[in-house]
Amino acid sequence: MEKVLQLLQENARLSNEQIAVMLNRSTEEVAAAIDDYEKKGIICGYKPLINYEKAGIERASALIELRVTPRKDTGFDAIAEQIMSFEEVESLYLMSGSYDLAVTVNARTMQDIAVFVARRLAPIDGVLSTATHFILHRYKDASVSLQGEEIDEREEQV
Amino acid sequence: MIDYQSRMNREIQIIKPSAIRKFFDIASEMEDVISLSIGEPDFSTPWHIRQEGIRQLDKGRTHYSPNRGFSELRQELCRWFDRHYGVSYDPGTECLVTVGGSEAIDLCIRTLINPGDEVLIPEPSYVCYVPMTEMAEGVPVIMETKAKDHFRLTPEELLAHITPKTKLLILPYPNNPTGGVMRREHLEAIAKVVIDHDLLVLSDEIYGELTYGDAGHCSMVSIPGMRERTVVVNGFSKAFAMTGWRLGYAMGPKELIAAMTKLHQYVIMSAPTPSQYAAVEALRHGDGDIAYMREQYDMRRRLIVSELNRMGLTCFDPEGAFYVFPSIQKTGLSSDEFCEKLLYEEHVAVVPGTAFGACGEGFVRISYSYSIKHITEALRRIERFVKKYES
Ligand SMILES: Cc1ncc(COP(=O)(O)O)c(C=O)c1O
Repeated sequence: MEKVLQLLQENARLSNEQIAVMLNRSTEEVAAAIDDYEKKGIICGYKPLINYEKAGIERASALIELRVTPRKDTGFDAIAEQIMSFEEVESLYLMSGSYDLAVTVNARTMQDIAVFVARRLAPIDGVLSTATHFILHRYKDASVSLQGEEIDEREEQV
Repeated sequence: MIDYQSRMNREIQIIKPSAIRKFFDIASEMEDVISLSIGEPDFSTPWHIRQEGIRQLDKGRTHYSPNRGFSELRQELCRWFDRHYGVSYDPGTECLVTVGGSEAIDLCIRTLINPGDEVLIPEPSYVCYVPMTEMAEGVPVIMETKAKDHFRLTPEELLAHITPKTKLLILPYPNNPTGGVMRREHLEAIAKVVIDHDLLVLSDEIYGELTYGDAGHCSMVSIPGMRERTVVVNGFSKAFAMTGWRLGYAMGPKELIAAMTKLHQYVIMSAPTPSQYAAVEALRHGDGDIAYMREQYDMRRRLIVSELNRMGLTCFDPEGAFYVFPSIQKTGLSSDEFCEKLLYEEHVAVVPGTAFGACGEGFVRISYSYSIKHITEALRRIERFVKKYES
């Protein structure tokens, strides 16, 4: 039933009936599979993809690179948990390469983000440095183009 | 003032412009139109195939190719054909690379048909067979196929139309616009009649790779006795999403391929060179792409068939191509009225069944060569429309 995941990944609003028809399964089977995925935490949630620029809602985002000192007992985990708990944090990844943690942060304004970094992120024990990159424009998010629908350039022939 | 009309060839004056375009042209002037009318893949050509085309252009491969097509391509084609359909052809003499399946169909008809020869054409079907036959001064003889037979050609219908003048049967399966396919047993029944009456066959199998279900496409030339009396036409447009590369091919008895090549040599010279190189890549490494696209089409197909049947636009389970051909009887509208009202009232474009022959009346062609999102929105609008006209 991995196909269920693929279909939901593309469009989480497909009904169980529609998915069942497409995969030639029963609606009950699909419902059970989705239930199972949710219970096991494989499907962790469903959200709309909002184009805030279009909605006219003021919102700033930044990608912050953190270099941190891992702790002896817990490595990066304890610091990560602390950072995760901030509601401004959209995503948090442990990275290979020249820095350790990548944090994406959303807030109303750039000023708010600046304050967040200075007051909350940077002072955390073990954080060595922060590099904040503000996002200027989103072209594509979660595999979806935010540039509007692509125009279908196909021409009827005969 | 020159009266151009009267100076034109008699046949070209008879040929009607295709009716598929009619609503497309209106639709392209309208806002917020959602179309399910296009007859080509929505996928772009797979990346590695495009890349190979680009690489060859970079290398300056911009010249004519041999008339028949590059030998490397013909070899790959024959290998591919054997691997997929279990019939072997000689790349040197039995294979011709053309500008789309379209050219191969034209060459075959012109090579075989004398004025007055009858050409058997099942309808509803793709729109080029009748005008091409007319240009060759052949006589198109239409055989109606029916929804109750899943739009297959039956041996009875075929028999009923054979006369001493019959020369050629055109076999367009998997079928555009109905989605009907001929499985092995259906082809065998047709083959028996064809052999008994010593006919030739032009088998347009351009949608062969888009056959759904476990059995896969069965080529007419794999039926015993048919290889020697069939020209099979196929191409890259639908299987590999390569419509714009304009590449197809014909396989057949060497005498016929030689004659077709003669014509091809004078009217076309050779098929596009970069396309031929890209096609070699497609044949060598494209099986996975075909499987992927077929799976996507298949999911859309199930969805659209189920939804149309639910809303009372009944259709059988179409097992090939990327079209469904539902009956619109329930709305009490003619095919043309249905398409026109649907376009103006709900901004959805589909093609009237009559564009594919008079017996397409009472049906429309809906293409599912579109994203699921696009299809579901169009279906929502169609359902609202059908509710309004339900009698
Ligand atoms: C049944 C059928 N045959 C042949 C063709 C011609 O395709 P091409 O010339 O692109 O190979 C088409 C195109 O729509 C078709 O539907």
